[in-house]
Amino acid sequence: MDRLLEEKFFKLLMLLSLAIVVGSLFMVVTVIVWKGAPVMTISMLTQTSKGGYYLGGTEGGILNAIVGSLYLGFGSMFLALMISLPAALALQKDYIGRTKAAYYIRLSLDILWGIPSIVYGAFGFIVMLYFGVKASLLGGIIVLTLLQMPIMIRAMDEVIRLVPQELKEASYTLGATKLETTAAVVVRQALPGILTAVLLGFGRGIGDAASILLTVNYTDNLPGSLLDSAASLPLAVFFLLSMPSPEVQQRAYASALVLLIIVLALSITSRYLSRRFMKNIIR
Amino acid sequence: MNIRKLKDIIAGRLILASAIFSGLLVFIIAAVLYSRSISILSAKSLSELFLGITWLPSQGEFGFYQFILGTIYVTALAMVFAIPLGTLSAIYLAEYAHESMRSKILPLIDMLAGIPPVVYGMFGVLIIVPLVADIARVSGKLGIPGLTAGSYSTGFSLLAGSVVLAIMIFPIIISISYEVLRSVPSEVREASLSLGATRWQTIKHAVIRTALPGLAAAVILGFSRAFGETIAVLMVAGIALNNIPSSVFDAVYPLPALIALNYGEMMSIPLYDSALLLAALILMAIILIFTLTARLILIRMGGAHG
Repeated sequence: MDRLLEEKFFKLLMLLSLAIVVGSLFMVVTVIVWKGAPVMTISMLTQTSKGGYYLGGTEGGILNAIVGSLYLGFGSMFLALMISLPAALALQKDYIGRTKAAYYIRLSLDILWGIPSIVYGAFGFIVMLYFGVKASLLGGIIVLTLLQMPIMIRAMDEVIRLVPQELKEASYTLGATKLETTAAVVVRQALPGILTAVLLGFGRGIGDAASILLTVNYTDNLPGSLLDSAASLPLAVFFLLSMPSPEVQQRAYASALVLLIIVLALSITSRYLSRRFMKNIIR
Repeated sequence: MNIRKLKDIIAGRLILASAIFSGLLVFIIAAVLYSRSISILSAKSLSELFLGITWLPSQGEFGFYQFILGTIYVTALAMVFAIPLGTLSAIYLAEYAHESMRSKILPLIDMLAGIPPVVYGMFGVLIIVPLVADIARVSGKLGIPGLTAGSYSTGFSLLAGSVVLAIMIFPIIISISYEVLRSVPSEVREASLSLGATRWQTIKHAVIRTALPGLAAAVILGFSRAFGETIAVLMVAGIALNNIPSSVFDAVYPLPALIALNYGEMMSIPLYDSALLLAALILMAIILIFTLTARLILIRMGGAHG
């Protein structure tokens, strides 16, 4: 084949592929908005589901799912941050970063990142069974914490690694301890990245369905305590979409749109945060 | 010893502990799953479990064959769509696209990578499934094996599952492949271009050859993601028990769906819980091998994800 023709052919093929990829992703968003927007009413967002979705109860909205998801999302984000930030800081060169152990911890986190959420769910389910905890918010928060940990730690690790060594050395020269340097210099320098990592984890946590299917279950009621079962947006989409009544299906559409808005808002916020905080960072 | 030093030492120990915990978690999960799978592994032979075709927990029959096959089918078909489309898009973005186009499309793809699986699943139910049902009706008349549904196809099928999976893993394949392609030194391109090669020839012979392991790693990571995906596939794949799909329009029952759909009743039948946790362990083991391979490739290449 003529090589210029070949060039043209493959260039066209690549453009076509990109168009299909971007087009299909756009279509996903468009369909969710197109289905969800018309059913987004005030009562949809401010009322809980009534009458039991499986019995064909068609009254009410998705407040139970929104509240449940916020509990799950914020609870797990907070716990995951408590473990992830220290772990990521420990991977600095000043602590164990130079050792073989750090290499293996990073590798094991990368593997953990790939493990499907249903496996986390199954793991959480047996652990809860062992401790005699039934399907509840608590179980879900713990499982989602584990799910977010590898994401948060690896993302934080990437930015903490970028903090210039000279900056830390300047702090050590002034007599600061490792802890003081870490808290005052490293965390401050890496703050935008750390926040982005936290939002990334939150987004993954709030959108995951498979792990909480096994550990939280689903209910029409608002949770009264950590040991109650709760509804959640992803499971609302999953369960309600397959119900026969159109009113109930509309709740699934609304849940999907709320979820989509949350995830896109997180993404935009983290982009904005990193740009805004970047101004205060010494490079 | 003053208080500052003491604080420093205590904090050092604490952060070390959290790092070690995070590093050990993968082993803890594997150990717990294994400890609960022992009872079925000792009660049944491996060939009985992996090659057995019937799944009837109440009769004590636990054949994983159909689920393993279902997972492999749906993932493999998803890769057939995702590999060429994803890789070609990444090559275009890395080698041809203008900076202005790149700076618009890459953040968009990143953003879409964060959309939860259940949303893709709903998209599948609303759009892909009816489309597949229409295609099945037309292609059923052509009589090509593999493209003729065994019975009337509702659209909830192997094909629908793999299309949804492919859309879900586009962002993963593209963003990793893009990073890998960008890390190819520009000298490689310049050397080829200065010899009079066209851009595509340069890409084909020089850039792709250098980046090949990394592109493979991107594909493997996409594969692992698809392999373990539960909810999105579950929503569109049809799920028919004791049925091996004979065409892309038949229902499949992948391994993750098995766990998701049966955990509720698993405590009432002996060995049932053990069988489901074995399913989780198999899933974990396969994905562990794939991710480990991909990560080691990326680390060796010294890419951004290493």
